[in-house]
Amino acid sequence: MLRLVVRRLLQLIPTLFGLTVLLFIWIHRLPGGPAWALLGERGNEAARRQIEEQLGLDEPLWVQYGRWLRRLLQLDLGNSIKTGQPVWEEFTLRFPATVELGLTALVFAVVIGIPLGYFAARRRGSWLDVTAVSGSLVGICVPVFFLAMILRSIFAVNLGWLPSGGRLTTGIDATDVTGFAVLDGLLTGEFDASWDAVQHLILPGLALASIPLAVVVRITRASVLEVLSEDYVRTAESKGLRKSVVRGRHVLRNALLPVVTTVGLVTGSLLSGAVLTESAFSFGGIGSFIRQAISDRDYPVLMGFILFIALVYVLINLLVDLTYGLIDPRVRVN
Amino acid sequence: MRIARPRAARMFVAALAIGLIASGCASERDDDESGGDSEVFVFGAAGVPAALDPSLGSDGETFRVTRQAFETLLDHEPGGTELVPGLAREWSSNEEGTEWTFQLQEGVTFHDGEELTGEVVCQNFDRWYNWSGTYQNTTLSYYWQTVFGGFAENESEDTPEPNYVGCEAPDELTATITVAEPSANYPGGFSLQSFAIHSPKSLEAYAEDDPSGEGEDITFPAYSQEAGALAGTGPFRVTEWNKGNGEVTLEAFDEYWGETKPGVDQLVFRTIPEESARRQALQAGDIHGFDLVAPADVRTLEDEGFQVPVRGVFNILYLGITQDKQPALGDIQVRQAIAHALDRQNIVDTQLPEGGVRATQFIPDTVAGYSENVRTYEHDPELAQQLLAEAGAEDLTLEFCYPTEVTRPYMPAPADIYELLRADLEAVGVTIEPRPLTWNPDYQEATRSGGCDIYLLGWTGDFNEAYNFLGTWFDGYQQEWGFENEEIFDLLTEVRQEPDVAAREALYQEANEAIMEFLPGVPISSSPPSIAFSPDVNPPTVSPLTQENFAEVSFK
Repeated sequence: MLRLVVRRLLQLIPTLFGLTVLLFIWIHRLPGGPAWALLGERGNEAARRQIEEQLGLDEPLWVQYGRWLRRLLQLDLGNSIKTGQPVWEEFTLRFPATVELGLTALVFAVVIGIPLGYFAARRRGSWLDVTAVSGSLVGICVPVFFLAMILRSIFAVNLGWLPSGGRLTTGIDATDVTGFAVLDGLLTGEFDASWDAVQHLILPGLALASIPLAVVVRITRASVLEVLSEDYVRTAESKGLRKSVVRGRHVLRNALLPVVTTVGLVTGSLLSGAVLTESAFSFGGIGSFIRQAISDRDYPVLMGFILFIALVYVLINLLVDLTYGLIDPRVRVN
Repeated sequence: MRIARPRAARMFVAALAIGLIASGCASERDDDESGGDSEVFVFGAAGVPAALDPSLGSDGETFRVTRQAFETLLDHEPGGTELVPGLAREWSSNEEGTEWTFQLQEGVTFHDGEELTGEVVCQNFDRWYNWSGTYQNTTLSYYWQTVFGGFAENESEDTPEPNYVGCEAPDELTATITVAEPSANYPGGFSLQSFAIHSPKSLEAYAEDDPSGEGEDITFPAYSQEAGALAGTGPFRVTEWNKGNGEVTLEAFDEYWGETKPGVDQLVFRTIPEESARRQALQAGDIHGFDLVAPADVRTLEDEGFQVPVRGVFNILYLGITQDKQPALGDIQVRQAIAHALDRQNIVDTQLPEGGVRATQFIPDTVAGYSENVRTYEHDPELAQQLLAEAGAEDLTLEFCYPTEVTRPYMPAPADIYELLRADLEAVGVTIEPRPLTWNPDYQEATRSGGCDIYLLGWTGDFNEAYNFLGTWFDGYQQEWGFENEEIFDLLTEVRQEPDVAAREALYQEANEAIMEFLPGVPISSSPPSIAFSPDVNPPTVSPLTQENFAEVSFK
């Protein structure tokens, strides 16, 4: 097991190196540049030259890359061109918000998606099945921005049940301990703040979960359908095992393998999905920060973030592989 | 299986019940989103401030926040564009326009208890003049370089020569600022938020806190990112900047010297970048006001009881023409044909909020120097076709750049405006090649570097001086326009150096007439950016310069 983990981590190094080279070239070849983004409407050519000289953007690309890589090896991601603050600080400031949001979406996707997919398969052709399948199609198709607007319109504007955006209500007493708003409230006894943070998580969590939820429903349904037709399920039922045992041990457990892989993959995609969702709900996490960085051609922030996503993807895949062993004894044996 | 069905149904009902209970709990949310405290006013801003030191700012979102805490020597009248006393109760200049003397208000105290004196004013100006290193980058000192030129020791060839000479304080409440050459930027420039006066204690405390600039970095100095690090004289003081939540909190300053005391205890600017999210936040009661309302939303908000006061116009939207990109555009008849082809009144009627007006020249009619005698170009498709034929440009093809994903105060819906203009031009036989570009930075780069035949762009004035508009575009050759016209360049050079305000006004009128005769582009419209407030607040007097004083805000 340890050897597997170490080997996978070592494989990460050439992958990430190749990725940084490709990304660096691609990002720096995007039209426009940070100088124009910084100057905006007040810019002129002389000012642009001055800024590019200052930022070292007039130097050959390989020199810029060398400088960036040297700093990376010293665990320094550089400073954001737009805010002028260290990229690492910007990330750590916003990362807890994104994790909270991602976890919320993941909970929605798993807690709703797996049972829904399971029961849809068990009652194939019923109203539940039709609703689950068509609902998941809608979840995949509707753009996050539109969904955000609809959710806000119903739950914030018309019903007034939930806040329209942000992370905490303005002016609420909330002590920052870990950066995780829900957790901080519980730690400090500020339960109002915790509850407030939960309320702020529901709508963006639902919006972010829309695609993962739809995917989990469909994969679970397909997988359960496949397992239900297996001989061993029929055998188990015919030999008189209790329904709960058949369902839990024989059907669900076997059907979960592809679902776990899917959940792993959608967990990675939650980070990139957060870019749009956080912007739509003014939720101050990494996602909305990155969206701004794309507009600003904030090279150091973009490089840092994409590297970070790549790292998360690889680690999640590793985790998924390890989870297989827990669910499927055959993997452990092999 | 028959047993499972009701069980599944029970689970579903249970899940629904939990959801409803959660929603029920949620419905007990306090109606007032501002933490239940009615004295907290929350305003939805479209962007985050770059820094809390206005000297380093050049954008409206930074200034909207800092303006509440820092004051300038001169100010603008509430709701208007005329200069009025700010920290200076009187001001005057010598005949040459090179010595500007300011008589300061008495009894002005900074947030840290220091007193405003002539010496303090001079310390501020000397600080900016002596900036070195990264401070000399345009990103950090845009307005200093625009209004006062360079620094005591310029470190780059691209930095302009300094026009600032020095500052003296002959007595406790007088400051005299000397410049090398008169400029149309004075006295209006003294009202710019970038030249707001800081407390001497703040200046001393952060004198060594430099921004850094190495490789791909421009780091704002640390003090400019901390709430409360700088003390100003304004009605509010900045107490918190929650970057994660995108909120800047200001508290009322009880010892504020001015007449308009703050009407609320706390003022919070919350960043909500998406336009529809800002509107829905107001409708949901999460905020009490927001700026840059989409014209299509104005009627809806008014019908729902929200207040949408109309600002005066102080901007220009124009169709830019790059003459040296496309040879045919160097022909005046072709440019005239384009102007006659455009139905600009239709843009005003269908795309702009109430108060929008058609433009006849490159400044709005609220700016001194506006001329009633400029050549105008009425919508006349037949004449446009005739002019194109005379110029031999019947087969004219133009690349038309327009920005996407953006709303500007002068251009609420760029893609829709583009569509109308494209239809007008195609109606007279011009073939249009559309080139949509994301606003920042692609569009900025393409237009500023002369990469588009025609394009949409605009300008919002910083202060009431026509040079702030005309000088921005026509004081010399610029790639985005791509023409040489010595008459216009000389006129603007002359007006820039003219110390007499009345003489400047006449020169501006002359320049406007010459510009519209030459027609380097087509001014389209002036548009008042809309601002909205909830029904339960007394809003501030809205300003055509978007310089609202939030001390005027109170709850009904």
